[in-house]
Amino acid sequence: MKKYQLGEFEEIVILTIGVLYKEAYGVSIKKEIESRLSRKVSMGAMHTALVRLEDKGYIESFAGEATEERAGRPRKYFQITALGKKAMAYTKETRDTLWRSIPKVVIDLKGSV
Amino acid sequence: MKHTPPKLFLRFFRWYCHPKLVDFIEGDLLEEYDERVRASGKRKANRKFIIEVLSLFRPGIIRPVKNYENLNPTDMYKNYFKIAWRHLLKHKGYSFINVGGLALGMTVAMLIGLWIYDELSFNKYHKNYEDIAQVWGGGIKPETQAIEGSVALQYPVGEVLNNNYPHFKHVSKAFRTDCTVSTGDKKFKRSGLFVEEVALDMLSLKMVKGSYQSLHDPHSVVLSASTAKAIFGDDDPINQTLSIDNVLEVTVTGVYEDLPRNSSFSETQLFLPWPLLPSYREWMKGKETDWDNRVVTIYAQLRPNTSMEAANAAIHDLYSKNVPEDFFATIEKYKPFVQLIPMSTWHLYSEFENGKPVGGRITYVWLFGIIGVFVLLLACINFINLSTARSEKRAREVGVRKVVGSGKGQLIAQFLSESLMMVVVAFAVAVLMLVLLQNSFNALADKDITLPFGNLIFWGVALAFILLTGFMAGLYPAFYLSSFQPVKVLKSVLRIGRFAALPRKVLVVVQFTVSVVLIMGTLIVYQQIQYARNRPIGYDRESLITLEMGDPNYKGKQEVIRTELLNTGVVSEVATSSSPLTGIRNVVSGFEWQGKDPDRDVEFVICNVSPDFGKTVGWELVSGRDFSRDFATDTTEAVVINEAAVKYMGFKNPVGQELIDVDEFDRPQWSKTIIGVVKDIIMESPYEPVRPTLYYFNDNASKRLHIKINPEVSAHVALTKIEANLGKIVPTALFDYQFVDEEYARKFSQEERIGKLSGIFALLAIFISCLGLFGLSSFVAEQRTKEIGIRKLVGASVFHLWKMLSKDFVVLVIISCCIAIPIAYFYLTAWLEKYEYRTEISVWILVLTCMAALAITLLTVSYQTLKAASMNPVKSLRSE
Repeated sequence: MKKYQLGEFEEIVILTIGVLYKEAYGVSIKKEIESRLSRKVSMGAMHTALVRLEDKGYIESFAGEATEERAGRPRKYFQITALGKKAMAYTKETRDTLWRSIPKVVIDLKGSV
Repeated sequence: MKHTPPKLFLRFFRWYCHPKLVDFIEGDLLEEYDERVRASGKRKANRKFIIEVLSLFRPGIIRPVKNYENLNPTDMYKNYFKIAWRHLLKHKGYSFINVGGLALGMTVAMLIGLWIYDELSFNKYHKNYEDIAQVWGGGIKPETQAIEGSVALQYPVGEVLNNNYPHFKHVSKAFRTDCTVSTGDKKFKRSGLFVEEVALDMLSLKMVKGSYQSLHDPHSVVLSASTAKAIFGDDDPINQTLSIDNVLEVTVTGVYEDLPRNSSFSETQLFLPWPLLPSYREWMKGKETDWDNRVVTIYAQLRPNTSMEAANAAIHDLYSKNVPEDFFATIEKYKPFVQLIPMSTWHLYSEFENGKPVGGRITYVWLFGIIGVFVLLLACINFINLSTARSEKRAREVGVRKVVGSGKGQLIAQFLSESLMMVVVAFAVAVLMLVLLQNSFNALADKDITLPFGNLIFWGVALAFILLTGFMAGLYPAFYLSSFQPVKVLKSVLRIGRFAALPRKVLVVVQFTVSVVLIMGTLIVYQQIQYARNRPIGYDRESLITLEMGDPNYKGKQEVIRTELLNTGVVSEVATSSSPLTGIRNVVSGFEWQGKDPDRDVEFVICNVSPDFGKTVGWELVSGRDFSRDFATDTTEAVVINEAAVKYMGFKNPVGQELIDVDEFDRPQWSKTIIGVVKDIIMESPYEPVRPTLYYFNDNASKRLHIKINPEVSAHVALTKIEANLGKIVPTALFDYQFVDEEYARKFSQEERIGKLSGIFALLAIFISCLGLFGLSSFVAEQRTKEIGIRKLVGASVFHLWKMLSKDFVVLVIISCCIAIPIAYFYLTAWLEKYEYRTEISVWILVLTCMAALAITLLTVSYQTLKAASMNPVKSLRSE
């Protein structure tokens, strides 16, 4: 049974929000992902993920200040909710369990190749 | 900001993006674009921008198709209901009139709806409803060229249908009998039906015990569950033996679930196997090949995929194809034919005209349906009138709402939701009333109606009903109120013109027209019943009891019974006859007499009586003499006829004339002499003319025992003694007697039921109308408070003011009466037409109804007008 649903990209986004802590808004999240994971992120994919995460209640948002380079449009800052933290922990837990269950040989073999 | 991204794409983005997100994402896009221009130049940044905009064009970001509104309309609805509720509570009187009137109207409409549903679903309990038909045989009457016939048919018709026509899956002959079912000491009077084995399947009876083959054994019987319970209690009825009228011994082989009241077979309590019939009724023997006597009824079920029309066309000429030629020659002039009467028409179209089912209860379905709609309409009119009349009170509210931005549509929605709320409250009250009234209504309408609370369709219909009523009541006020102009109403110069009250007046006229017509209708129905009741019936039905002599042990004991009963002293006379006093059992044609018109051949009703019959029932001799034991020839050569027969035969001096019976080839069989003429005795419908009747002296054919109780003895004492004595002489028979006057009164039950129902509906209609008038008059009085005050100051009397205020309403009611009289006259004349023996619509009844309506109106209105007129002008002028 799925307790918490967190897609792969969603997981990356929510982790990045955690990394950025109080500085997480659209552009910063996008840049962070692109630099850390060295992969292209489209505005569309990211905002969809943000909307979905917010709908699920894993993150919450609040409007920030309007700046000049944004032509007076406010920034929307994101924060992980308590539920979001649980979902992240749960996802990590399942990954770890899987990791631990892999027989040593597999990893060794892989390493030797 | 120094750089602008491609405008077209920015506009595109703004167009499709969800309004909630547009600011933030646009900010992100611009911020990124700005950076890119600085990092890699405008062209590259433009290209990237376009790609990003396109990548954002995806679900989750695109706005919903419907205009997105950030407003929550539920708050608005809540407010509507809150305001509506406050108005309800603030004006308790009006709310009561509105809700009460609507609830009454809805109760009536729902009762009628359920009644109509019950009527329309008649016989639908039978699964093969669509395929079952009763066979009807008719022919053309040479002298009138009219088609006449009945469901009574010749025995062989059933065989022929079964063997020669592949259209039918099952064909069953049927023969009804009211019999005494007994086991041991227990005796029960039940209605039985002799049928063929297939009938159980045809009627899709729900077998509790046994199967559809249960009538296979020729000495079996299948009982209804309630009869089985009555006879055997909780014991297993299967394989128990029963005696039918002490003639048949049968074994119970099946029990079926009781048929619902709205089935044509609901009175039948036991089904008996057809092969047993000849041993039950001796005269049935040999009828298998008798094409002359109509003795059975026939039911048929079509094969699947066979249409009623096709089967009907196929069997039309059944007689010419199957009747032996020499016999067919004698009946050919009648052009005999058979047709199928589908089960769906049995109940609602039971009246035949010229061989076609033309009407019957369907008239009442329509009649009550129309009454129901009208009563509901009356209640809606109350609502409409009171809301528009009181519109001035709401005008400010409408003005303010419009000023702060309400559209007309929203206001309409508000007022509609208000009326819907009223209707929902009224519906709840109506359902409550319905539950309370259910039993009395069932008793009154002779129905078995319950509210189908568990039925989803019922709730669907109820919802539709609520919406319909809500719209009917609320639509006009909603449009009217929402059309006020805010400038005018807020400057409080709202002047409702002279004609604003016109629709209201028209509606009041409609209300009273309907009510007055209904009252007139009720009165005429009662007048007709009374008229038929007062018709001389030709005999004395007081303290006369009658019982069926179904038990064979009665045979030959008439004399003993008579002497024994007379000896008790509680009985003044005893007689027997072949048919009851309230029905016809035997009809015969083919008589000759002197001066007979050869083209006319009417059927005579035959009644075999014992010589004391006349004295017992107290018939009135017009001329000649009664039967007498002193004349030995009376049994063979005498006949007493009624006045209808004299009139038909055309005799001036009937006594002493010869009556000759001839067979179908016109050969004389025997002759009798008319010895006496009696006044017409009403045996059938009291609304129909009495048929020519012949009374023979023949106490061998007696089926009915008539006992005249000594008027000086109390009925209770007499009945106990009669029962004791009869029990000694015929111990096996059930003492199942009826009072003749009660039996006769039953002939009026249908009309009385209609009269009672329409009376109740008429009363409710006038009550609802008066309720509305009461509200309107109080409104008018309130509106004219100042005027009344000033008038009083300058010297108007209370009487003068009362006259002034009441006049308007009285005029309306007078107009209604003028409209109602011709409508009522027209429809009631049409209704009376169907009765041969009918009353005249007297003008004084119509006028009296109008006077009564006026009086009721004045009474209703006066309460308010007098209150207003007698108010202290100081008070009414001071209040602001």
